[in-house]
Amino acid sequence: MLDSALSVFKMGRNLARLMEGLGVTLEISCLAVALSIVLGIPIGLLMAGQRPIVKRILRLYLEFIRVMPILVLLFLFYYSLSKIWNINLSAMAVSILVFTLWGAAEMGDLVRAAVTSLPRHQWDSGRALGLTETQVSFYVIIPQAVRRLLPGVINLATRMIKTTPFVFFINLPDLVKVGQQIVEVAGFRNPLASVWVYGFIFIIYFAICYPISLLSRYLERRWPS
Amino acid sequence: MKRARVMILALALAFMALVAPTVLWAGDLDDVKAAGKIRIAVFGDKPPFGFLDENGENQGYDVYLAKRVAKDLLGSPDKVEYVLVEAASRLEVLLANKADLVLANFTVTPERAQQVDFAKPYMKVALGVASPKSAPITKVEQLKGKTLIVTKGTTADFYFTKNHPEIKLLKFDQNTEAFNALWDGRGNGLAHDNTFLFAWVKDNKNFVTGIEFLGDQDFIAPAVKKGRTELLNWVNKEIEKLIKEKFFEGAFKATLATAFGETVDPKSVLIEE
Repeated sequence: MLDSALSVFKMGRNLARLMEGLGVTLEISCLAVALSIVLGIPIGLLMAGQRPIVKRILRLYLEFIRVMPILVLLFLFYYSLSKIWNINLSAMAVSILVFTLWGAAEMGDLVRAAVTSLPRHQWDSGRALGLTETQVSFYVIIPQAVRRLLPGVINLATRMIKTTPFVFFINLPDLVKVGQQIVEVAGFRNPLASVWVYGFIFIIYFAICYPISLLSRYLERRWPS
Repeated sequence: MKRARVMILALALAFMALVAPTVLWAGDLDDVKAAGKIRIAVFGDKPPFGFLDENGENQGYDVYLAKRVAKDLLGSPDKVEYVLVEAASRLEVLLANKADLVLANFTVTPERAQQVDFAKPYMKVALGVASPKSAPITKVEQLKGKTLIVTKGTTADFYFTKNHPEIKLLKFDQNTEAFNALWDGRGNGLAHDNTFLFAWVKDNKNFVTGIEFLGDQDFIAPAVKKGRTELLNWVNKEIEKLIKEKFFEGAFKATLATAFGETVDPKSVLIEE
């Protein structure tokens, strides 16, 4: 049993290839999640703000991203851009762009929800103390909103990480796809190859996503409401 | 109201993508030579046609041809940049100019020929249906009201969607998933190019290719983006030359013979002069 499992990983460069696939998965996830959080905060504050035109534009952006399947966005940016305007972005660039567009929109909505869920008197009291709009945001609203934000952000981050295998449709071999390539070849001689390879991938995804959940639990305990 | 606006925006975008001129720059043979390498789209997970071996190297019947094309065009079999594709993205990589040539078990169909140019075929294929030995499907009529597994965007998908609406199709994006579904018994049979089935059935003894030839005899050919006439002409001449020197018999022996087993006669898949 164990021999058959190990043989799949020991064959040729299989283990190294899986690690390269993991590299692709991590590069997209880390960059896109980080960028989404950074961009999502100002987007969310604007969404919760007072300017009707800005709010409407951002609402449109959010709804557009929400109704579009990620796969369609990937195809749009990878194939259609180059077909119509001859803009040739690399598959990695398109992946990070699309995942960031998605993440920033959803993050923005989470921030908006967290901010507007705070009672109105928090703003009013801040202003009554003579703080400017920006100061109220930074010193009063954001610290309180962050805690309400945490569960949503963790959920979003893990969802983004788990959606990365779609990038294979624009010819970028991520962890899951490399696994599939290995299963296709090793499966001829070793019918259990798929169990071992997908089991391995499961453990890797768990190892990436579980620490994020732990971090969120730790932060929630550190910042009691 | 807002939703209506979003819908309009989405429709406008889709419309733009459809009507915008699709013929722009499409470098020709000299550009390939200047680049010093040819970008060839092949499969990455479909043995024995195109797959990655345990060292991550491209292998298979299509890759065997790709290497020869690179050798004859650019002087070395290594001057290929492989673009790994799925069945459903083979047209797109050409249209979007992400590859110069597709060698990915690409069946010539009139619909596809409207979008890309096919060169002379290098293989022939018909559809087949694989099913469990315990409940073999030997006639299409047996499938009525039953579930048939296909891979999206393949000839089998088009054939059954068009000609046999009475059969319930279960579609998957990837061959791996489709064959796994047959293995798990999620369908009564699986329709695909018979060559794929011969190879798969050989390794999965509980299944048979109950229907070996179905529909029309189809051809597998290299494809290039429309308008790349120089490249197309060169590929045509190359295929003619390779057929004459019996290159494909060698390719069959090197890549397909072991996968198909002795039961498959090379003549049933190779093109004769």
